[in-house]
Order: sequence, then structure tokens, then C-alpha cells
Amino acid sequence: MTATAATAAQAGLMACEACQMLSRPAGEGQDAYCRRCGEALEFRHHDSIQKTWALVIAAAVCYLPANMLPVLNTTTLGTSEADTILGGVAFLYATGSWPLALIVLIASVMIPLGKLVALVYLLLTVQRGSVTSNHERTRLYRLVEIIGRWSMLDVFVATFTVAMVQLQPLMSVAPGAGVLFFAAVVVLTMLAAEAFDQRLIWDSAYPHRNHHG
Amino acid sequence: MSNRLLSSSVACPDCDLLQRIPPIPPGGKACCTRCGCVLARQPAGPRDLPLALAITAAIVFVIANTSPLMDLSALGRTASTTVAGGALEMFREGEQLTGILVLFCAVFAPGGYIAFMLALLLGARRTPVPLWVGAMLRWVHHFEMWSMLEVMMLGILVALIKIAQLATVHAGIGMYAVGALILLFPAIVVTFDVRELWTRVEWDDAKAPVNTPAGTSVADPTG
Repeated sequence: MTATAATAAQAGLMACEACQMLSRPAGEGQDAYCRRCGEALEFRHHDSIQKTWALVIAAAVCYLPANMLPVLNTTTLGTSEADTILGGVAFLYATGSWPLALIVLIASVMIPLGKLVALVYLLLTVQRGSVTSNHERTRLYRLVEIIGRWSMLDVFVATFTVAMVQLQPLMSVAPGAGVLFFAAVVVLTMLAAEAFDQRLIWDSAYPHRNHHG
Repeated sequence: MSNRLLSSSVACPDCDLLQRIPPIPPGGKACCTRCGCVLARQPAGPRDLPLALAITAAIVFVIANTSPLMDLSALGRTASTTVAGGALEMFREGEQLTGILVLFCAVFAPGGYIAFMLALLLGARRTPVPLWVGAMLRWVHHFEMWSMLEVMMLGILVALIKIAQLATVHAGIGMYAVGALILLFPAIVVTFDVRELWTRVEWDDAKAPVNTPAGTSVADPTG
């Protein structure tokens, strides 16, 4: 690449996130829109770091009740039993389907936690102006984006268990309060990954000379 | 940098590096020279293939949402559920927000994706390609992001195995239809030439007349 203009921002250009077209903004402080598709244009996501922090913190707050509160309440002939996410994993393991227990453990416990840790790491390194392991951090961000959706697994498991096991008065299953918190963790971390501007990872190594050049 | 050079350049969505996309052979892709992000794909196969796949997906989607996913029988009682039925049961049990989320990720988002793809692929056959095709093209990836059929499928399988301890469970037609949809969605994505369509879309520049006054535009519609 030429040494004169490495990134679009350095060249004073804004890339449309919808259709990829490059535009040169007319002036400072004006709202810019893509001429081809009408999408709002920004050099970098507005307040990306603050928004991502807010969503990550909100998700972390929901993470505890999501794992402590029961996701399913099973009533069998009058006796009631509450199951947390880890309880569900233990049940699957105990009944002999350990591969499924592993899948649920990874999707429900490790992926949400891993996503939070990864996003905090990305936020901190970007804020500290880290210039190393850009490739690794970009790969980590892509991983967060790709696997994030899989933590919805337990919400679907709970939904279809509840929907199917309605054999009143013998046995019935009702959702517990944990489901909502769990769904909130998934949605909030997905929104956090979306709010984070991955181009910031590369900006410290090659600082913007002039946005409006 | 001259305007001509800019019109053939893109900025990497992951690292913002400016680069030109060379001609790509059918079935090939172009990756960012710095971070490896896929910048562009050149689909192989006939032009109408994505439309054919989208029509198939629309039919399969109707089947997936009207047929029972599974039948359960225990102690002489039987029960069956559809995708929407599962979400509705969550709603009835007092978890309205979770029910809405499940409905959104398993019905509205995939349905919206198929509907938008059908509309914009039909619109793309007209010349010039109307403005609303561009607007739909902007929104369609949001549906794609929140459509979680493959996650739902795995969730149903886990639920089935849990329930199988208590009752006899049979997979229904709906389950096979969901499986077909999971294969059809990526097939539409890889056969659909989104770059080519963008170059033919009518411009939306009426909305932002102050943004790029004449002379500062960096690309032309013929791209």
C-alpha cells in the first residue's frame, strides 16, 4: 500500500457501512449520508467506546442472576423443582448425554463469560492505545461476533421444554426468572459487539493525521 | 488521490485500510491485505439462482412455521408444538419478553430476511433498479444477524433429549423444514452478488444534498 494514505479516515474519506461506497464529507459538524444508499456516515462509530462499555456493564450485571436464578421450574405430581442453567448441565451429564452437557456448558456459561472478557480486553487495549497484536485482536473480535448468537441456545432449550412438557396435572414445566436475565445477557452482548468499532484496533498504530483532509 | 482511483477503491470494514479490489474469478473472494477480512466475493452460478433459492426458502418457511416441530406422547396423552407455539407458551407462562425475543429470532427475523430478499431480487430484475431496493439492501443484514434458526435447531434437539427421558418424542415435518432453511440461508448469501446489485441501484442522493456537493463525489453510478 502507499505510504501517503493508509486508511480511509486518513484520506478524509468515510466508507458506507451498508454499501461500501467511499464519500468525502462536505464539511465539519454536518451530518453525512451516503449518496448511493442514504446510510448515515461516520469516520468511526459515534461514542463507540462509551456505548460498548455501557452495554458490557449492563450485560455483566445481568450475568449473575442469569446463572443464580432458576431457568426452569418442573412440577411433578405436586412436587416442584427449580433448575438453574448449571443444574440443567448437571442433569444432562447425569443422564448420560455428556456431549450435550458440554455443548450447553460451552454455549450457556463459557460463551457469555468469554464474550464479556473479550470485549473488556478489546475496550481496555483500544483505550490504552495498544499497538501490538492487532491481528489477534481483530480475530478475537470476529470470534465474538460469530459465536455470540450461540449463547441463545439455553433460551430456546427452555422455550421448547416449556412448550412440550405440559401434561397437567401429571407434570408441567414453567420458565423461571433466570430466563429473562439470560436472554438479556445474550442481547446486550450482541449489541455491545455491534456498538464496538473494530477499526479502532488499528487506529493507534496509524493515528489519524487529519479527519477532514 | 484521484476520483477515478477512489471509485474503484474500498475501505476494509475491519481495519479501514484503503485498497482496490482486483477482478475476482467466479467463486473467488478478495481479502484485506492487512487484516484478512473478506472484502468481496464473486459468486459462481447462474444469475437467477439466488431468486430460485429465495422462492424455495419462502415455501419451506411456511411449512416450517405451520407444521408441528415434534410430537410428544406420554401416558396416553399427546402434545405437539410449532415454532410460534413455543414462543406463545413462554408468553402465557409470564415470560412475555423472552417469548417476544424467541418469536423475533426464530420467526420474524428469518421471515423478514426471506421477504426482503425476495422483494429486492425481484426489484433487481428491473432497469433501472428502483430506490427501494437499495433501502431494503441496507436493512437485510439486520434480519440476517438476528435470525437464529441454527441455534434454535440445536436448542430443540437438547430439549428433545431432555424430554425423551420422560416421554416418547417424534420429530415432525416442521423440524425437517427448519433443517432445510438452515441450509438455504447460506446458499442464498453465497450466490447473491451484492456488489453488482449496488452498482445498479438508483442513487438516494436527494436525501443528502449538502453532504457531497458536485465535484466532491468520489464514485459514479456506473461504478
